[in-house]
Amino acid sequence: MADPMRIRANVVGDSTEVKVLMNHEMETGQRKDAQGNAIPAWFIQNVTATYNGKTVLAAEWGPAVAKNPFLSFKFKGGAKGDKVQITWTDNRGDKRTDEAVIA
Amino acid sequence: MNTQRREVLKTGGGVTLLTLVAAAGWLRSGDALAADAWNKAAFETKTMDETLKALGGAAPAQSKDITFFQTPDIAENGAVVPVGVTSAIPKTESIAILIEKNPNMLAAVFTIPAGTEPSLSTRVKMGQSSNIYALVKADGKYYVASKEVKVTLGGCGG
Repeated sequence: MADPMRIRANVVGDSTEVKVLMNHEMETGQRKDAQGNAIPAWFIQNVTATYNGKTVLAAEWGPAVAKNPFLSFKFKGGAKGDKVQITWTDNRGDKRTDEAVIA
Repeated sequence: MNTQRREVLKTGGGVTLLTLVAAAGWLRSGDALAADAWNKAAFETKTMDETLKALGGAAPAQSKDITFFQTPDIAENGAVVPVGVTSAIPKTESIAILIEKNPNMLAAVFTIPAGTEPSLSTRVKMGQSSNIYALVKADGKYYVASKEVKVTLGGCGG
């Protein structure tokens, strides 16, 4: 299992701002190691953010997203104390879900 | 006696709630799995036209309602280039980020449900100086805006 994400969710006006920092290698598949062998691609393919069971953001990523991906977005509504859940799935089928309390 | 009863009720209620949440979570992960179809074809395209085709879009219109924020003119490190895109087009359904000179153009596609602001930022890798395109799907139509970012140190093949 991969390392946990760092998620911050803050109420800004009438919406909630979510900032996520994921821990992932995001290997492109373009690089070669010291022996000249290609390093296989390993990257996050799907990211889903849910609030109260409702998807507030869904993303499909390619290997061009930077290592340890950062993501920030805003959605309408959201109350202090509620939870925002982020899930990612990578191309090896590895999966991680973390949640944060809105502050 | 009464208070005890209340506490028991409360705890009982809590447990039911938790179970419900868990059940909802399971359902959701099922949904997510269904939605987890990763558009392989689109991510393997090498030109704008191919990408558009793979995403199911027609020729996009240039739009001044799409703006970049937090995006540098000159990126010192191509491995970490911040990109922020805001769309002022009503009914924005999705935002895609494309990097013209990367081995595969498409970097990310974000689906924006109603209630989420069509504005987000992330970080991408860039192999070399190139145009970044923001492709917005709104009300079934496609719009595009671009910004040139110069890279002093490449982010691919390092």
